[in-house]
Amino acid sequence: MSKSSLKQTLKNLETKKISIRELNQDYLKRIKEKENLNVFIHFSEENVLKQIDNLEKDNSAKKLKGIPIAIKDLFCTKSMPTTAASKILENFNPTYESFVTQKLLDEGSIFVGKTNLDEFAMGSATNTSFFGNTINPLSKENEPLAPGGSSGGSAAAVAADLCLGATGTDTGGSIRQPASFCGVVGIKPTYGLCSRWGIAAFASSLDQAGIFSHNVEDASILLQSIAGFDQRDSTSAKVDIPNYFENLDDDLNGKTVGIPKEYSIDGTPMEISEIWDNAIKVLEKKGVKIKNISLPHSKYALPTYYIIAPAEASSNLARYDGVKYGFRSDEIDSLDEMYENTRAQGFGREVKRRILIGTYVLSAGYYDAYYLKAQKVRKLIADDFNKAFKECDFIVTPTAPSAAFPLNEKQNDPIKMYLNDVFTVPASLAGLPGISIPFGEDKNNLPLGIQILGKHFDEQQVFNAAVSLERSYE
Amino acid sequence: MKIDKNTINKIARLSRIKLDDKESEDYINDLNSILDWVEQLNEVNTEDVEPLSNISSSILPKREDVSKDTNSSEEILENAPDKLEGFFAVPKVVE
Repeated sequence: MSKSSLKQTLKNLETKKISIRELNQDYLKRIKEKENLNVFIHFSEENVLKQIDNLEKDNSAKKLKGIPIAIKDLFCTKSMPTTAASKILENFNPTYESFVTQKLLDEGSIFVGKTNLDEFAMGSATNTSFFGNTINPLSKENEPLAPGGSSGGSAAAVAADLCLGATGTDTGGSIRQPASFCGVVGIKPTYGLCSRWGIAAFASSLDQAGIFSHNVEDASILLQSIAGFDQRDSTSAKVDIPNYFENLDDDLNGKTVGIPKEYSIDGTPMEISEIWDNAIKVLEKKGVKIKNISLPHSKYALPTYYIIAPAEASSNLARYDGVKYGFRSDEIDSLDEMYENTRAQGFGREVKRRILIGTYVLSAGYYDAYYLKAQKVRKLIADDFNKAFKECDFIVTPTAPSAAFPLNEKQNDPIKMYLNDVFTVPASLAGLPGISIPFGEDKNNLPLGIQILGKHFDEQQVFNAAVSLERSYE
Repeated sequence: MKIDKNTINKIARLSRIKLDDKESEDYINDLNSILDWVEQLNEVNTEDVEPLSNISSSILPKREDVSKDTNSSEEILENAPDKLEGFFAVPKVVE
């Protein structure tokens, strides 16, 4: 399957080699052929055709005019329902557009559909969705694999070539891990780079929007389009957004890469250590100085995350009460009954588990022992990175501790599932930008990802290192 | 065991989530194993460490204090499961 890049497609549209209609009909055809993957929660051909009609009447020049993009169903969109993959928002039709999707619309992109995810982005396999599993497009027949999660639908949409790019959100690894599982590029920018306005909130001190794409160049184009200050998100940063694509520079000569020893974890498959070594060798050849660094509190990142994220989730998800929007239970003898039954029937198992644990760690008598303790360890984790970045320009690690695993494999043991995020969570806690790029395969020819982390708001360095590694791999 | 039947009932009540007996059992097990696992944080010395609640490294900008029309009441009520004369409607709370 040869996939055209966003960059090449923009050229083809400009030189009239292909029309917006022809381009999108090609994607529509593939979307219909691949319905069995359950990539989309919402897809309407009619809606896509309407968008094409409107763009054909529009004579203005737009940066992404006619480009088919898939949207994680956590972003509010006026033209399509928004469910967060939850029964509790099954019938929710936003009356407003999220900041990120509005930016993409302003630049003329076409939304092909809303992609599947773990319910409220809580999961690592896109198997907690109320709308069923998404299947990794790289699966062999009769051996369905998980696409990773939570943004599994978006990663799969890019991998199956159902769009030229997709939006995702990343709280503890929800862009980088599925990108690794599906063999595509996924970037989570610095906390604060993209406004979260209009994105269903999960853990507000961690949530960040980002991009999936076929390659690093495309990711650099799309990230620039969705970044920027927005006064409706109080954590949105007022920083200049460089032209990442124009500034891409694969010459890393004289730079220093940090290699954290704590990321060598017992039980990591040999192939993952090999691709990591391989990436280091490639960088060395390019004149990059290799610096062994230490991030001593890394092993505490996961338990820290699994206190902070559920605590914030329990607060954010209090709004789903059956009053203002979404599902309401029929069993409503009293107001309390209405709340309790609505939430019991509207939320799935993993979401309820996290609300319960979050409520516990915030409850009277336990706050200091759990939540406050976790926030202090979080500070130490962030300080580790600050120290490390005094000695290096970027950090390279594996993205995930395994390749894509069979669907449903890890469902019963929550802690085993949480370990998927072992390499992605520390940077999330520190608010750092991170990208995953495909950089090798395991013995079953499944893709493995390499993660590149940068300093706050140094997405350009992350892209430069990524494009350099990508070009040496291809 | 940190979480027993009483604790899970209390948390479920605080969370406004009704649990049946089977679910309560499951969550007691899940939550206890998660809480045992996070116990390892006690190995870390956090004396004199400031808690980190917000990672925003830039100074949060202020905005002009001016009123704006953003939502109409019709828009706000559009997705309500039940509404009455411009208000959200809920089951009767007083007899």
